[in-house]
Formats: sequence, structure tokens, C-alpha cells
Amino acid sequence: MSKDKGKTKEKDTGTREQFEKRVTRLGLSDDNLIGLYRTMCTVRQFEYMADRLYAGGKVHGTMHLSAGQEAVAAGISLAVHPDDYLINHHRGHGHFIAKGADINLMMAEFLGKDTGYNRGRGGSMHIADFQSNNLGANGIVGGGIPQAVGVGLALQMQKRKEICICIFGDGAANEGVFHEAMNMVALWKLPVLYICENNKYGMSMDVERATAKLPIAQRADAYGIPWACVDGNDVVEVYDAMKIAAEHVRSGKGPYFVETITYRYFGHSKSDRNLYRSKEEIEDWKQNRDPIMRFTKHLLQSEILDEGRAQEIDGQAEQVILKAVEFAEASPEPDLSTLMEFVYA
Amino acid sequence: MPEISYLEAIRQALWQEMKRDERVFLLGEDIGRYGGAFGLTHDMLDEFGPERVRETPISEATIVATAIGASLLGMRPVAEIMFMDFVMLALDQIANQAAKMHFMFGGHTTVPIVIRMPGGSGAGAASQHSQSLESVLMHFPGLKVVNPSTPYDAKGLMLASLRDPNPVCFVEHKVLYKTKGEVPEGDYTIPIGVADIKRPGHDITVVANNIMVMKTLNVAEKLSKDGIEVEVIDPRTLLPLDTETIINSVAHTGRLLVVHEACLTGGWAGEVIACVVGSPAFDYIDSPVRRLGGKDIPIPYNRGLEKFAIPQEADIEQEIRALVEGKI
Ligand SMILES: Cc1ncc(C[n+]2csc(CCOP(=O)(O)OP(=O)(O)O)c2C)c(N)n1
Ligand SMILES: [Mg+2]
Repeated sequence: MSKDKGKTKEKDTGTREQFEKRVTRLGLSDDNLIGLYRTMCTVRQFEYMADRLYAGGKVHGTMHLSAGQEAVAAGISLAVHPDDYLINHHRGHGHFIAKGADINLMMAEFLGKDTGYNRGRGGSMHIADFQSNNLGANGIVGGGIPQAVGVGLALQMQKRKEICICIFGDGAANEGVFHEAMNMVALWKLPVLYICENNKYGMSMDVERATAKLPIAQRADAYGIPWACVDGNDVVEVYDAMKIAAEHVRSGKGPYFVETITYRYFGHSKSDRNLYRSKEEIEDWKQNRDPIMRFTKHLLQSEILDEGRAQEIDGQAEQVILKAVEFAEASPEPDLSTLMEFVYA
Repeated sequence: MPEISYLEAIRQALWQEMKRDERVFLLGEDIGRYGGAFGLTHDMLDEFGPERVRETPISEATIVATAIGASLLGMRPVAEIMFMDFVMLALDQIANQAAKMHFMFGGHTTVPIVIRMPGGSGAGAASQHSQSLESVLMHFPGLKVVNPSTPYDAKGLMLASLRDPNPVCFVEHKVLYKTKGEVPEGDYTIPIGVADIKRPGHDITVVANNIMVMKTLNVAEKLSKDGIEVEVIDPRTLLPLDTETIINSVAHTGRLLVVHEACLTGGWAGEVIACVVGSPAFDYIDSPVRRLGGKDIPIPYNRGLEKFAIPQEADIEQEIRALVEGKI
């Protein structure tokens, strides 16, 4: 896996027949498939808008965009229940959107407004929505991984049906707490689905320079946790793997670990000149492996969508984002008199 | 003398010492091709190679622990913690290990490591990337905590830190990185544990660190026009703290204000004030001794809130005026 650093051919997602057979086997309806497409379009539109807003000086803080990784977010969200718990990491916009977040409130938070999910206190890196069991993103790499143990433990103690989805990056897997958490979660057979979103880099660090043995998911073996490593830019493959994993976890058999191989298009954060990877590499992923492009090709081929409808859906996604920007820009800043609020409950 | 930035001054010290002493090497996240999150180690990989500009996985505890281990065999490692906030992940290695080894082992070994870490708010990086944790690090005897505010001090103190036989936490400030000042090209050290009087004055002593030095100097300049002469002291090192310079100053001015960005409660201002009021300078104090610190809140994301989470020049001015004019 992922040894192919040079020029690569378009990653094949199979023929029309293979795609249709797989979709039928998975019981995915046209509506499901169109929903996946819509989610991916919305995430991408959000991320490109975020980049534009930043470039236009409208955002003061930092941000981590997930363009290129949309299939992971979309695939997970269809495979799990809406009320499952989510523990997210800093590159979290896509996962929130896929979980059904209110884009207006996300955008408002991104612009630091009082109407935002975190009342402007958290920003891009900390969006949370406890009403929808979205337990928040983390600015400390790896910070959420061990917290998922506690969420899983509570779910088990309360005999609940929900599971905990914990998402983190390839870089985060090298924090020590990763190993502590894997051991405990396996030891207690907790209902946690760990998802390592491997986008090939932790900031500028190539996953192959940072990880003694790949795939990262094979580390789960050491703890007796079942695992899979899948093409994270193939939304149906992501869905397939997540479905199996989520069912395993929900059935009380304990944790599961899925690694998704994907790629981020933008720099790591706002101030990244991409010195650590080549333009060719970035272009290769964009031209030949783009998750939306690959999926769209199948949808067109299998006549689930036509060009017109595909563009219409993307246009609708864009409208949602534009409305969110309007909402966010019209929203008030937090009042200075509230500076001391929320420190203690 | 050439004018260079605070960031370049630290880089120059690292560069020159790596040329002079081959035991010195860097380790940390993204310090190679990327040049460090703030660009401080730019081009050092090309000059010194991947052995001595050693990039690590995201593993703060083991980064510091690796530095400790290597230092036990005579190496002189410089560990970079990308944002000071992440030092909390390595605190066991710093506080329970590095700080205590010389003592616990009866003085038979030393841990000559430098741990660099930029702190401070102002970049919109929110609660987990903006803290000023220098006061936390002061609580561990055996550690040194260095905290320069100018390019000149930064270079001299870095060279001194690199040659110190003890573990040194070298606290930088993100907002200072771009500030410029005159820095000699050659080798010089500034002794650790010696404060600097950044501006002499006789009406009040203001002790401040990192960006608060700049802010206080601006205020002092302004107040001077109104006939208030502020003595501005930058401790430069928080542990060990140069209480003598501060006490002498207060004995002379009769008034004391301490200003820091770190949260007020538990902040190092309390330490300074305790030292002063417990000293013979107490007899010379004419007005309440006061401190101004960051609000006791996590740093907010929103720009407006973020700004007012820490002392502003107007706050410093108001405090000084109130003290000097006897209104407090
Ligand atoms: C404890 C900690 N160390 C370092 C950082 C700085 N940092 C933020 S994101 C990041 C890279 C994370 O890589 P990965 O886990 O692969 O996630 P990705 O950004 O690729 O999505 C780093 C080093 C941090 N925020 N927290
Ligand atoms: Mg990554």
C-alpha cells in the first residue's frame, strides 16, 4: 500500500458491472448514492469557501481543510446511525457536515461569531454539537483517541445501542495515548469504531517516514482488534468497510479499526507552502484519484445521475454554503461583556 | 550591528552552536524541509543534514525523553515543542524526569537539554494553541525557564542555554517572532538568571515578560511625556528569578506593578510580589503592589475576545497612572 509515490494511473474503482453488483450487494438505493454524492459536494464547497474566506481576510484564526478526503466522511456517515457519538480531530469539517451539522452554525463558528456552534470561542478546530452527539474536534493531536475509551465505557455501562466513532489522522497514531487507548478499549470490549484517516502526511511528515510499519491499522492486531485498510477515495468501499465495522461494534463484540487511505489537497493549515510534496503528486491525486470525480463517473455510467442533475446537486450544495456565509457574516460577534463566561459551569 | 528578527536571532544561535559543537542537534516535528511550524529552522536541514536536524513523529513525550536519554551520553539535544501548549504531553519527562535527575542521582549526572517552545496568543489559534504556561514550568526545581523578549536577548540567552549543564525550557512568543532588533553577528552569551532594566525610571517599577515588555515600553514612552518615569524590568529568566535587580529597583521607585500574559491566578507575578514584599524593599513601598495578568479564561478564538483576554497597553497605562497618582 501507498508505496506508489510517483506517477500513478487512475485508481480503478471497477467496471460498471462491478459497481452495480457491489451497490446491489450492499443494498444501496439510488437515493443513498445520490445522498453520498450530495454530501461530498457540500463538503468540498464548504472547504473551498473556507479557503476563499481565509484568503479574503475574513478569518482570523487557523483552519485545516479536508478537500480531497470527502469520501471518508460521506462513507462513514451513511454506515453509522445519526445518533452515534462522534469524537473528531482538527481536520473535521467534512465529518461534521456528513453527520448532518447545521452549515450555518458551522460557518458562523468558523468566522468566530456568537451564533456559531461554540459561540465563537472555538473556531474551525473545535466545532462541537452535543445535541447531535458530536462531541467535538480536538486541537491536540491524538487528544480524542483515549476519550473514546470513556465514551465507549459509558455506552457499555448504560447498556446503550449507540456506538462511538473516533476519527484521527495518520500522525496522531504516533502519540503514546494511542497505544494506551487501544489496549483498554480491547480489554473491555468497548463499542468504539476507530477510524484512522490516513492522508499520507502529518503536517509535512510523510506517513512512511513517521511510521515504523504500515499499514497503521495492523497495529490493531497487537491488541486483538479486527481491522481493515481501505481506499479512502472510493466512497462505496469506505461505506462497505464502515458498515461491517459498525455492525461488529454495535453487536457487542468490541472495537474495530479502519484505516482509510486518502489525500488532502490544501496545505496542512493556513500557512503551508507544500515544500514537502511535489506539485505532480498533488496534481496526480486531483486528476486521477479524486473521490468525487471517481464516484460521479460511476453514477453517470450507471445512469443514476445525468450530467445536468449532477451539476444541479453541486449547485444546490454551493447555494447552501453561500447562504451559510450570508448567515455568518450577518451574525453578531460575541459581546465583550461575555468574555468571562463558560469558564465554569 | 545588523538588525534581525527575534526568530532569526534564535536560529542564528542554534546555527552557530551547531557549527561550533557537534554534540548539538535538533529534534522535533516538521523541523526539516518544512522549517518548523513558524519557520525557525528553515534551511537547517540542508546545512546540517537529517541526523542533526532530526524530524520526529508526533510524539511529544518521547521527543523530550529522547533528548534526555541522549544527553545522558553527552549529547546536547535541542527539542522543539511546536506550540507551548503541547508541552503538557511531555510534562512527565520534563518535571518528573529531567528536572530531578541531577539531584536524585546524587549529582552524578547532568541533563543538558534545551526544550524550545513558542507560547502566547494573538494568532487566532484558540484555547489549545495559545497558552502562556511559563509559570507552570517554574514549579520544578532543577529546571531553568528562560523567556527572552528581544532579538538580542534571544540569541545571547539561547547560546547560554545551549551551554548550560541543566535542562532549560526556552520559552518563545509567536507574536515576537517577527519583531526586529540589533543583534551582534558573533558569539556572545547573556547569563541565565540575570534580569535587564529595559528602561530606567524613578516613579514606578514595572516587571514584565515577553510581549508585555514591548507593550510596557510603549506605555512608558507615552507616560514620560506626562512626567511619569517608569522603570521597566524584564526578568529574561523566570527560573531562577533575579529578585535582587527587582528588589533594588523597587527600593528606588517605591512602587511595583507586574505584568504578564499568562493567566493571573498562579502566574509568576505572585512570585515576584512575594519576594519583594518579603524583602527590605518593603520599607520603601509607597503604594499597593499590583499585578496585571491574562484573564483567568482559556484563550478564545474570536479575535475581539482574544485581544481582551490579555492585558492591553491601555490597561497597563491605567494601572500605572492609578498607582503613581495614588488613586489605588
Ligand atoms: C499534541 C500535538 N502535537 C502537534 C500538533 C501540531 N499539529 C497539528 S495537526 C498536526 C499533524 C497531524 O497529522 P495527522 O494526525 O495525520 O492529521 P492531518 O492533519 O493529516 O489530518 C500537527 C503536527 C498538535 N496540534 N498537537
Ligand atoms: Mg495526516
